[in-house]
Amino acid sequence: MAIFVNENTKVIVQGLTGGQGKYHGLRNRDYGTQIVGGVTPGKGGQDVDGIPIFDSVAEAVEATGADASFVAVPPKFASDAILEAAAAGIGFVVCITEGIPAQDEAKTYNLLVRNHPGTRLLGPNCPGIISPGKCNIGITAGEIAQEPSADGPNVGIVSRSGTLTYQALYELKQKGIGVSTCVGIGGDPVPGTSFIDCLAEFEADPETHAIMMFGEIGGSAEEEAAAYVRANVTKPVAAYIAGVTAPPGKKMGHAGAIVSGGKGTAQGKMDALSSAGVKVGLNPTEAGELMADIAAGL
Amino acid sequence: MDLFEYQGKQYFARFDIPVSPGGPADTVDEAVTEANQAGYPVVVKAQVQVGGRGKAGGIKLADNEAEVREHAGNILGMDIKGHVVRRLWVEKASDIDEEYYASFTLDRAEKKHLLMLSAEGGVEIEAVAESNPGAIVKLHIDPVDGLDAATARQACVDARLPERALDGAAEILVKLYRCFTEGDCDLAEINPLILKPTGEVHALDAKVTLDGNAEFRHPEWEAFKGLTEMDDREKMAAEKDLQYIGLDGSVGIIANGAGLAMSTLDVVNQVGGSAANFLDIGGGANADVMAGALEVINFDEDVRSILINIFGGITRGEEVAKGIVEALGRVDLRAPIVIRLDGTNAEEGRQILLDAGIPADKLQSEPTMLDAARAAVALAK
Repeated sequence: MAIFVNENTKVIVQGLTGGQGKYHGLRNRDYGTQIVGGVTPGKGGQDVDGIPIFDSVAEAVEATGADASFVAVPPKFASDAILEAAAAGIGFVVCITEGIPAQDEAKTYNLLVRNHPGTRLLGPNCPGIISPGKCNIGITAGEIAQEPSADGPNVGIVSRSGTLTYQALYELKQKGIGVSTCVGIGGDPVPGTSFIDCLAEFEADPETHAIMMFGEIGGSAEEEAAAYVRANVTKPVAAYIAGVTAPPGKKMGHAGAIVSGGKGTAQGKMDALSSAGVKVGLNPTEAGELMADIAAGL
Repeated sequence: MDLFEYQGKQYFARFDIPVSPGGPADTVDEAVTEANQAGYPVVVKAQVQVGGRGKAGGIKLADNEAEVREHAGNILGMDIKGHVVRRLWVEKASDIDEEYYASFTLDRAEKKHLLMLSAEGGVEIEAVAESNPGAIVKLHIDPVDGLDAATARQACVDARLPERALDGAAEILVKLYRCFTEGDCDLAEINPLILKPTGEVHALDAKVTLDGNAEFRHPEWEAFKGLTEMDDREKMAAEKDLQYIGLDGSVGIIANGAGLAMSTLDVVNQVGGSAANFLDIGGGANADVMAGALEVINFDEDVRSILINIFGGITRGEEVAKGIVEALGRVDLRAPIVIRLDGTNAEEGRQILLDAGIPADKLQSEPTMLDAARAAVALAK
């Protein structure tokens, strides 16, 4: 088991003929992911390293039976690409695109909720998702992920920031702890998939025995996740929040990471998580060590 | 991008939101010219991106040219909470019956737009929110539906605006929402929104934050650039399109991704050092970006060691390494580099650095983030 994607997931890449789409799409295939097609309007009938290209998502789904999509197109086309995938019946859309205007994101999210409740969006501006040994969609280097072991314990990872997601995978790999699924939800203002969505799935997944969560300053997603853990999660959770030393009021690189009016501070988030019973590390390595302690006791 | 008040008002005007007639002025003479044009009495307002201008003496009423000269002379060059006033906004003074508050933002928790409206404007809205939360109407708007005139009017009724202000205020709300959405704002705020004795409603202040991601569809934003309050390091970084924030420490930081960059700051701090900056080279950075980042760090005279923390995903290790080699050939770095390189093509990257034959006192490699932070902090001492 794994959450959201597994060895049976069939993936198309929207933008497979572009630089990023091709590079990462082919890497995902090399990892063992079933990349069954690509979509680029006007390039239908061509192929990228043997992967057939279609003019539309609908045609790609019809021909390949794809149920997931990897959106790797520039910001101004990303919203349309996501909605096209949803309209074609794709159930899981991963969008790595960085730099989508917040207004577009908010509208796209609400259009999905209203018109395509069967579609889950991961991202945008996220590293993607990997169920180690089964399926890797996005830009994560597959070799840093430890495959889950049959007898466990295995950890589910959910993280907001891209590179910290890799850091989380790395910390567990160093300790030889298996990962069921690692989800990078992205740091944008309106992520399609939240911490809570992932916590709920991990809680229900029999192959996941503990959860590691990496958050960062800004917004209130970590506080909401803490409340959810307290009420609904029985599996042990370890966490890390980036940005303890970030100066208030400064926008730290992406839209998500801003502290304002004393809200969204790292300390506030750590306190909320601790009081919900989560073990909170002061840096990624410490969080990894806390998780190792948890795993040793399982 | 945060706009100054006068820029915000210029932006509002594009969406037909009524503002007072006036103009920007960088000198006393320009202030007089603007005042004469607007008609007396006028208000002379310091243009700084910090609250509490009025209390600091940065907003003054002037009845005639002599008073404009006096106030403009005093306010230009004034230091308001560390912000030096370089520009004024001079506008016709308004008669005020009542002051309201209105703003649109994105509520990230609800994933909807949020209108906040209060009949108690003119003061810190946070103070109202604390002392009298019922006085602020909060209305969530589905971005798919938008805000129509009837809903806007109902919000004004709910906020207990007086009957004679309802139509004018509702009309401004609809326009302000258009400014927020079509104008790609992260924040569009009017405080105070005033009711004049004549019954007209208009914006007496403007606080606008633009969403940098939407710049590609707003060529008109070019006019707002250049005056943003940045130090020299930040200006240089902005020219190179790097996400950079200047800090006071001695360890220069370069990382990929905002989260890892913040985390690097945290770890440097935990091992007893302090960061000179936050610098995120972003996803997919190539050799040129890395070389540019090193140039920006090198420009900061306080930097005593440079910590490069890269975990490649979309960023490839060999590009990072090429950039470092290129930078070392292009500029004379005054501080040694400590690098931690992992992820996509990290092995190739490490090989490139090794093959370049860089002396150990210029560059050292560490296996983990924590080890690299310790080494960089030791070198900075």
